Amino acid sequence: MSRPTVGVLALQGDSLEHAELLRSIGAEVVEVRRPAELDGVGAIVIPGGESTTLSLLLGSSGLFEPLRARLEEGMPALGTCAGMILLAREILDGRPDQLSFGVIDLSVRRNAFGRQLDSFEADLDLAGAAGPPMHAVFIRAPVVERAGPEVEVLASVERAGRSKPVVCRQGEVIVAAFHPELSGDPRLHQMLLERVQARRG
Amino acid sequence: MTSPLTGTAQNPGSGTFGVKRGLAEMLRGGVIMDVVTAEQAKVAEDAGAVAVMALERVPADIRRDGGVARMSDPALIDAIEQAVTIPVMAKARIGHFAEAQVLQALGVDFVDESEVLTPADEEHHIDKWAFAVPFVCGATNLGEALRRISEGAAMIRSKGEAGTGNVVEAVRHLRAILGDLRAVTQADSAERYGWAKRLQAPIGLVEEIAATGKLPVPLFCAGGLATPADAALVMQLGAEAVFVGSGIFKSSDPARRARAIVEATAHFADAEIVAKVSRGLGEPMAGAEIGTLETRLAERGW
Repeated sequence: MSRPTVGVLALQGDSLEHAELLRSIGAEVVEVRRPAELDGVGAIVIPGGESTTLSLLLGSSGLFEPLRARLEEGMPALGTCAGMILLAREILDGRPDQLSFGVIDLSVRRNAFGRQLDSFEADLDLAGAAGPPMHAVFIRAPVVERAGPEVEVLASVERAGRSKPVVCRQGEVIVAAFHPELSGDPRLHQMLLERVQARRG
Repeated sequence: MTSPLTGTAQNPGSGTFGVKRGLAEMLRGGVIMDVVTAEQAKVAEDAGAVAVMALERVPADIRRDGGVARMSDPALIDAIEQAVTIPVMAKARIGHFAEAQVLQALGVDFVDESEVLTPADEEHHIDKWAFAVPFVCGATNLGEALRRISEGAAMIRSKGEAGTGNVVEAVRHLRAILGDLRAVTQADSAERYGWAKRLQAPIGLVEEIAATGKLPVPLFCAGGLATPADAALVMQLGAEAVFVGSGIFKSSDPARRARAIVEATAHFADAEIVAKVSRGLGEPMAGAEIGTLETRLAERGW
């Protein structure tokens, strides 16, 4: 079977780390900046970055509508941090004109832990995953305030005495509030490749 | 990229080098804009800036006014933090760790230990490991970059002549840093000690860049950028994001120019898009020849 081809949205943010991680687990990677670059990709990764900047560049590059159409057809997707915000149904504390694809039934609050001084690292247990805890780097991270009934919570973090969902999945869409691409943990990316393989039968 | 978990009892795991460098990584491919008011900060955010640098005066005005340039008024930094949702940076004088402490207390997201302000210490830069807030520092060459990284900087930027609208110095710095970096990767194990001596940099960092072929933190470009094509130039040379200072709010149509530079930075290798966004932007800032300058800011810092 040919190697799965994964697009990494490369308009802004840490797309390079996602691309390196995907290549290390056997994927072909296409950096996506223009609509034509979506042709032939079997999945999309939306990286960390500034969600307001990414929203604006998705609009001006003409990528937003074709990418939304592909996501609504069920193309597998992984979004980390800003990527989680862009895939969520509802954005809290965003800009009023901020775009999102709305393909996972979450309400996500931007910068919910606070400013950069409140960014942190933590070890998480990932439901159903073998191996050591997942080392998670949270950078001005968003928080899930509401998860719909079809959303599966795969990991949570304890912060200030409260547990918050930080890895969620609904159908073909996986999101994380942190950056597995920075710590180099490939398990969520592997999950994405499994979805691509499953869809190819 | 993992680092030992540290932080405080209330905020475990915070302030690590991992989260400091992590924020720098998130800004890649973006534009960080100098702003002097909350209104300008909003214009920058509307145009797609990934962060703003809160200042009392842009470098062009600092040059014009002369005198000692210091950290901005905390009230201004607060107002800018309130006005936008993107990260806010602010500048401290080289070696002025007390200004940096104030900026950290104000909750800024990044401190720029900057040659644009008047240096406070002629021998020492700030010990940046002592802070939870990440620092960006300027560098004109690879040795300077590695010295700043050894002091704890989580991002390096070129030190192009700020406030001139002239990109030539930033290009010189990027080529110096990246050219020597490429040469170090070709050095054998004995030659790497020679490089450490020549660069006046720790051998551990020289070994690391020889193995990876890149700096251990992101390399951004700053100083003298004024047009979308300037951004495309430095990104193609190997910068990972750009700072634009006087170039936006000293131009005739800041909102459009800001937006155009954001587009050109994202699509830096796509000349069709750079051409499209460069049309009819109005007057860029006037700019200056480097030879006519009374003060060479890049010579500050050591």
